[in-house]
Amino acid sequence: MTKVEAIIQTSKLDAVKEALHEIGIEGMTVLEVRGHGRQKGHTEFYRGREYTVDLIPKIKIEMVLADDMVEKSVQAIVAAARTGKIGDGKIFLTRVDDAIRIRNDERGESAL
Amino acid sequence: MTERRLIPRIAIRFILIVILLGLAPLNLYAQNSSTPDSQSKRIAALEQQAADAKSSADNAWMLTSSALVLMMTGPGLALFYGGLVRKKNVLGTMMQSFAMMAVITVLWAIVGYSLAFGAGNGFIGGFHNAFLRGVGLQPDVDYAATIPLQTFMIYQLMFAIITPALITGAFAERMKFSAMLLFLILWSLFVYDPMAHMVWGKGGLLNASLGGRFPTLDFAGGTVVHVSSGVSALVCALYLGKRLGYPKVAMPPHSVVLSFIGACLLWVGWFGFNAGSALAAGGLATSAFVATHFGAAAAAIGWSGAEWLRNGKPSALGTISGAVAGLVAITPAAGFVSPMSALVIGLIAGAFCFWMVTKVKLRFGYDDSLDAFGVHGAGGTIGALLTGIFASSVINPIFKDGNGNVLPSGLLEGNAHQLLNQCVGIAIAWVLAIVGTLILLKIVDKLVGLRVTDEQETQGLDLSQHGEEGYYWETSA
Repeated sequence: MTKVEAIIQTSKLDAVKEALHEIGIEGMTVLEVRGHGRQKGHTEFYRGREYTVDLIPKIKIEMVLADDMVEKSVQAIVAAARTGKIGDGKIFLTRVDDAIRIRNDERGESAL
Repeated sequence: MTERRLIPRIAIRFILIVILLGLAPLNLYAQNSSTPDSQSKRIAALEQQAADAKSSADNAWMLTSSALVLMMTGPGLALFYGGLVRKKNVLGTMMQSFAMMAVITVLWAIVGYSLAFGAGNGFIGGFHNAFLRGVGLQPDVDYAATIPLQTFMIYQLMFAIITPALITGAFAERMKFSAMLLFLILWSLFVYDPMAHMVWGKGGLLNASLGGRFPTLDFAGGTVVHVSSGVSALVCALYLGKRLGYPKVAMPPHSVVLSFIGACLLWVGWFGFNAGSALAAGGLATSAFVATHFGAAAAAIGWSGAEWLRNGKPSALGTISGAVAGLVAITPAAGFVSPMSALVIGLIAGAFCFWMVTKVKLRFGYDDSLDAFGVHGAGGTIGALLTGIFASSVINPIFKDGNGNVLPSGLLEGNAHQLLNQCVGIAIAWVLAIVGTLILLKIVDKLVGLRVTDEQETQGLDLSQHGEEGYYWETSA
């Protein structure tokens, strides 16, 4: 099992969600987050005071997938979320030891 | 065909009946008025009815205006200021405005009204009307001949409420609630009440309509409300010092949306503030209403236009701030100036206050957190000066010679002396505000201390002063 964490542009959430549904992925957790990588922030003016906003709103999608789904999902996310500009985001993959379904104690991939 | 002929015949009969019925009372009148005595009685009764009707109309407008001016403080100013602070201070900031609605009202009933509008000397009223003694439903002809004195009293109270509330913008996010209450109560007694007495009270030094020594044109409170509160605000900002982290830490408004709603409520409420200052529902109220609206609109364009040129974008906060600056500047002028002059005053005030807030404040580095001085002190001062220039005797023939001939009002009409009188009024307001505020801040600082502790300031006023949070979202159902 692998955890897929994808940080993407807020405007790309619907496209990514749809692409993941199309390859048969049913569960995901979506978080509204703030952060920055190489993309610089923007400036705001309030009554002449200039503020640099360097923590930019982003969307983070978290999923734990069976290993045969991982590469497919990565390709789906990249295809749907890419604009080609700085700020498109990143995907992180992590090994997961186990999964437990709280309702009935199922474990491993069958709990996903 | 017969039907067609019938209709005019019926119509003619109908008209005849109406005429006869209409004449009937005249016949009765002719019989009744056979003696001159009863005729004069009838005329007296008619005159009384006409006066009652005018009184009812004026009173309806003045009670409406009173409610509009209260709405400027709550929720208008509370929202305007509340949106400009960080979210940990939203309740603390709104409470400062709301507290004035309660505290100043009680103070006004006990002694405030008497000190401002009771008989006294040129500088302050006395205690004759303490506990509202003698403030009944009969009009006071010196103040407003057609409305109950209690209407005048409650209308003036709304001004006494908003003026100290305006100051709270200067010490936002860092003053103790207890110190704020004590300071503003004392300020109302020792700065506002004398200032109101000088400009509007019987025997006041600056009163233009009741023959003061230096007649200052201030229709709705440019000096009394805005200069006095704005200049006091600057003194507060300097005395209390900057907020922790200012100007290094970013402190953007937590909700320009709240401020936006507040500014719109202020604009509407200002019609009561300015047009209500005619103290009657006649043409003067209309003139002030139009000038108020035009001033606000032009200033919104003035501020956002200047911003557009400098920053490349017209901001929502800039546009609403401009409208408020225009309303401040037109306050002394409304009721004295033409609609076209109001446009000019608004445009100047909008650009001038933009410059004060964005350039002058940053140059000198004081932390007038919500720009109470930059908008009210600066806008009020420029408005009072421009009133001396643009005041027109065609709009309001306030100065007359011994024979009742109308004299010129402002500089453009040839009364250069008025500009000097305006300067006297502005100077007195500045000096009284600076000296009074400094002394009172010192006293309150000694008694209870002005600022919250650093930890409390970091935590925010909502939790540290009131034990609540403005936005408390429970995650579970």
